[in-house]
Amino acid sequence: MSQMIKVAITVNGQHTTAMVEPRTLLVQYLRDNLNLTATNVGCDTSSCGACTVHLNGEAVKSCTILAVQADGENVTTVEGLANGNEMHPMQQAFMANHGLQCGYCTPGMVMAAISLVKDIPNPTEEDVRIGLEGNLCRCTGYHNIVQSVLAYAEGK
Amino acid sequence: MIYSPKSISNAVQILQDDPDAQILSGGTDFMVEVNFGHRAPTSVLSLRAIKELCTWSQQDGVIRIGSALPYAQMETGPLAKLLPALAQAARTVGSPQIRAAGTLGGNLGTSSPAGDSLPVLYALDATIIIATATGERRMAVKDFMVGPKRNALSKGEIITAVELPASTGYQGYSKVGVRNAMVISIASACLVHNPIDRSVRLAMGTVGPTIIRASAAEKWLGEECDLASASSITPAICAEFGRRCGDESQPITDHRSTAEYRRHAVSVITSRLLERCAAS
Amino acid sequence: MSVKTRTRRDILGTSALRPDAVPKVQGKFAFSSDLWAENMLWGATLRSPHAYARIVSIDTTAAWKIDGVECVLTHEDVPGKPTYGLIASDQPVLARDFVRYMGEPVVLVAGDHPETCRRALAAIKVEYEVLEPLVDPEKSIDLSVPPIHPDGNLIRRQQIIRGDQSLIGEVVVEGNYELGMQDQAFLGTEAALALPDPGGTGVELYVATQWLHEDRGQIAACLNLPEDKVRLVLGGVGGAFGAREDISLQVHSCLLALRTSRPVKMQYSRQESFFGHVHRHPARIWMRHHATKDGRLLRVEARVVMDGGAYASTSSAVLINAVTHVQGPYKCEHATVDGYAVRTNNPPCGAMRGFGVVQACFAHEGQMDKLALACGISPVDIRLINAMETGDRLITGQTILNSAPVAQCIRETAEIPMPPNMTNDTDVLAIPGGSGLTATPSKIRRGIGWGVSIKNLMYSEGFDDFSTARCTVEDGRVSLKFATSEVGQGFVTLAPQIARTVLGLDEVFIETIDTGIGSAGSTSASRQTWMSGGAVNGACKLVATNIIAEVAKMRGLDPSTLQIQGTDIVDLSGNAVESVVAATKGKRFSETYEFHHQPTGELDENGQGDCHTAFAFVAHRAVVDVDPDLGLVKVVQIATAQDVGRVLNPLSLLGQVEGGIAQGLGLAVMEEIIVENGRVRNPSFTDYLLPTALDAPDVIARYVEVPDPYAPLGAKGVGEPPCISVTPAIVAAIRDATGVDLLRVPVRPQDICL
Repeated sequence: MSQMIKVAITVNGQHTTAMVEPRTLLVQYLRDNLNLTATNVGCDTSSCGACTVHLNGEAVKSCTILAVQADGENVTTVEGLANGNEMHPMQQAFMANHGLQCGYCTPGMVMAAISLVKDIPNPTEEDVRIGLEGNLCRCTGYHNIVQSVLAYAEGK
Repeated sequence: MIYSPKSISNAVQILQDDPDAQILSGGTDFMVEVNFGHRAPTSVLSLRAIKELCTWSQQDGVIRIGSALPYAQMETGPLAKLLPALAQAARTVGSPQIRAAGTLGGNLGTSSPAGDSLPVLYALDATIIIATATGERRMAVKDFMVGPKRNALSKGEIITAVELPASTGYQGYSKVGVRNAMVISIASACLVHNPIDRSVRLAMGTVGPTIIRASAAEKWLGEECDLASASSITPAICAEFGRRCGDESQPITDHRSTAEYRRHAVSVITSRLLERCAAS
Repeated sequence: MSVKTRTRRDILGTSALRPDAVPKVQGKFAFSSDLWAENMLWGATLRSPHAYARIVSIDTTAAWKIDGVECVLTHEDVPGKPTYGLIASDQPVLARDFVRYMGEPVVLVAGDHPETCRRALAAIKVEYEVLEPLVDPEKSIDLSVPPIHPDGNLIRRQQIIRGDQSLIGEVVVEGNYELGMQDQAFLGTEAALALPDPGGTGVELYVATQWLHEDRGQIAACLNLPEDKVRLVLGGVGGAFGAREDISLQVHSCLLALRTSRPVKMQYSRQESFFGHVHRHPARIWMRHHATKDGRLLRVEARVVMDGGAYASTSSAVLINAVTHVQGPYKCEHATVDGYAVRTNNPPCGAMRGFGVVQACFAHEGQMDKLALACGISPVDIRLINAMETGDRLITGQTILNSAPVAQCIRETAEIPMPPNMTNDTDVLAIPGGSGLTATPSKIRRGIGWGVSIKNLMYSEGFDDFSTARCTVEDGRVSLKFATSEVGQGFVTLAPQIARTVLGLDEVFIETIDTGIGSAGSTSASRQTWMSGGAVNGACKLVATNIIAEVAKMRGLDPSTLQIQGTDIVDLSGNAVESVVAATKGKRFSETYEFHHQPTGELDENGQGDCHTAFAFVAHRAVVDVDPDLGLVKVVQIATAQDVGRVLNPLSLLGQVEGGIAQGLGLAVMEEIIVENGRVRNPSFTDYLLPTALDAPDVIARYVEVPDPYAPLGAKGVGEPPCISVTPAIVAAIRDATGVDLLRVPVRPQDICL
């Protein structure tokens, strides 16, 4: 094993720290070191978007970032969205509009969706599809997901 | 070890001390290799914290883009107005998350002939700025890429910026992929018209070991038309230009496509780019 | 007292929300890949780099010496049956003398960290004598090469001979069709956690699977344990689509756990997943259709060749589905069909949504269009003229007893408005080539195409794929127990809807899904709404009867005068006697019910027999825009009317329809596992292209509700039909736009423009 490096990352508002190998990906840090398993891994090629989290408020694929690169930064995962017991309205929108089936893409999809509505507050259907092009879903054909995001944007 | 230097000089110094440190820009190519176990870096030099690599500027008709500026910032905004072909190319890179991370420095460092931005750099005769232990060297992009995934960067050097001319004529980009988004190029091309020096420059991606400039087709076009304006470019000329560009391509067959299709596709898109130029 | 008339939520017919949606949107849902146990080891698999080779030697010495490696296993360490398989047990748990496909498991390791395992795998030395792979299915049929497996190269041949074998139609059309290998590409890769019992006397396995009990049987045999010593619990499943019907890492993880006496977790990477499960069969299908000059179908001739790859999996059943569906949803009296499922050194193929019918449908719908052209009638009319109805006979001689609203599906689809034409304002992402800006709008051509299909529901050929459910009511609360795999399809939504409707109780809980009750059969073949829905319905009805009996006894009433209506028990005049909640206060009722579908039979040597259980139908109309010069396609709209029997949950149904259409679109224009000489060339999501949100077309869906007399809830399975005829519809639309006679899917750009 190669030399371990200390990282300190604020995750969902909590200060976290661990010794990691340099090769450790952010998603591995979240899942293996912090046991935050909501963020899923669906591929090994930065294609599927299941691992999308927010890094300093921007959607990133946590498999394309080393944990050490997030040292000192703010990371939000889907676990950090709820306000106490109250779900984030985007989470509620996915639930209410059947924006999921197996649910494996859902955490990344929700994080990408929040990021896209932040950038485009009143998105068209096309805007939503563009914003989610990096997040694959194999179950839904995307329609109920797109409806979920539009419902959220309208209800804001 | 992880290095996050704040300045270029610092970064170069670090590479002197730890020449095997892996230079990391957006990480979109690199992490795939980590995932497949092809790479297990022991030390990494991240460029993210070097502010001047993440900016761009314009001076005396030259646009200088930091090597770590993400594609997302080329897609829209003032830079997109200055370099529309680059904006179009940037839009085809991966997905929003990847465009927020990926950089010109990364495309150059990887030097894949399928690198989406590279035909634009070739068509604009970009200059690559490289920081070295002793200072800085500059080289034309055509000399930079020497083969598939091979380039002229030496150990200890860092790509810091790309310089591109601001141009007034038409420029356009086109990329063929089987999916409507998030797809690796099967063939791509960039065309730049410079009415002042009466030239059209055309570069093709994914149809050879490096990016290919269609020099013969460019020359033929210059002889056929007065390129002071695009008005003399006829549909027949566009078709012939495309055919000639196809002749200059050197595509291969692999699991993504066939050599025949790539040659055909690059002919079609180069012809269409010239049509768009004529209509502009 | 009058009956309360409040509208009840979440009963049958409503868009009840998924009960697992809350944990899923919060990230609290435990997928199999999230499982973890104290003192857990990681398992990993060394796979064959060759499509066909003889194993000369396996040397694991170096791997054993690596720090953190706890266990290295080869075929010699399999204590029970050395092979497994769904229909034929022909696939080695670990390769012994030969490897027969690229990616076949050879050695297992368990270590303290995935990286330890990776290094251990790299340290194992396997010497192979590489052999020339058998990759041409025709060579498996003509017996020109020696068998690559003791069971031979032919997995199954089935003919269908019916009617006049020399009949020649006034109009005859023929074509050679081909389909590439599609991957299910569920998003959550294979994962499991095996927990050994103390002393190695048994094992508990948490696994993402489609069929817990079938897995258990195969695992127990390989482990040489009695079935009751192997307990399976459904781990969170990240999609399935057929790929989890076969064993992948189930036996392996249990073997490692039992050998090390420690919990063992295994999880495939995406790349490994491409090698770790079976795929959709590539197929070559020749068809010749005979018709009258006014377009009435008389006779179908077909030759179907399905490449099963190295091991049988469900190939024989997939073949039967293909050959028995070659006529499509059309009346046809005479047939001459010859079908083969063969073994090659290509990746093994088995179940995927549509199961053999996808292949047959692509060919028969191509034929119907050829017939329409030859007869000078429209694609819609040719299908209406021949549309099958209840009471018609299939080419197997089986009579369709189910509702069969084929013509209605076609008509309702035809009534759906067409999408607007492309204009200069159309977003670039909505035209072929998308963000690549390849298109010149004036050169884009629009096309329209049709596809209609018939799909068998449930298992066939005499198989009794029953389902079991238990309903317990206590203090006004219902709990349901079943072993039905929830893979995303929504049975966990439907089951409580059934209970609420039958029992008049609102609070419904689902117990752990495991082998602690009888089998539910597989979550496949569009069968769980019918089968497990039937089981839950049956169990709830038994409990309802018991509750009513109890109330009748207490009140001295005749139970036959009482029934549950809304949330009350009411008498013959509709007056509420007592609420169900009140009636069950302090009491417990529990019943288990096994639901069996009507029996089916075998096919004889001429392919005659009542081999299928039930059928569902669907029509698709595709509108595409094509760039003919570049061969790029944008699917603009899919209109569909589906025979669903009865809508039980509108939004959930829409999700199945839209999801299935996206998968059918994938097969039509982008998805293919490319195999060259037995080698998989694109085992990644970079190069195996799935439709993105920008590729998914506008979908307009209508439902044809003719309750099926045989379906326990009147509802047919809806999972598979959406992905079947959409593929030929899209290809027909591309043909319509370009005039190119496209006979292979996925349609590649060069197929259109070169």
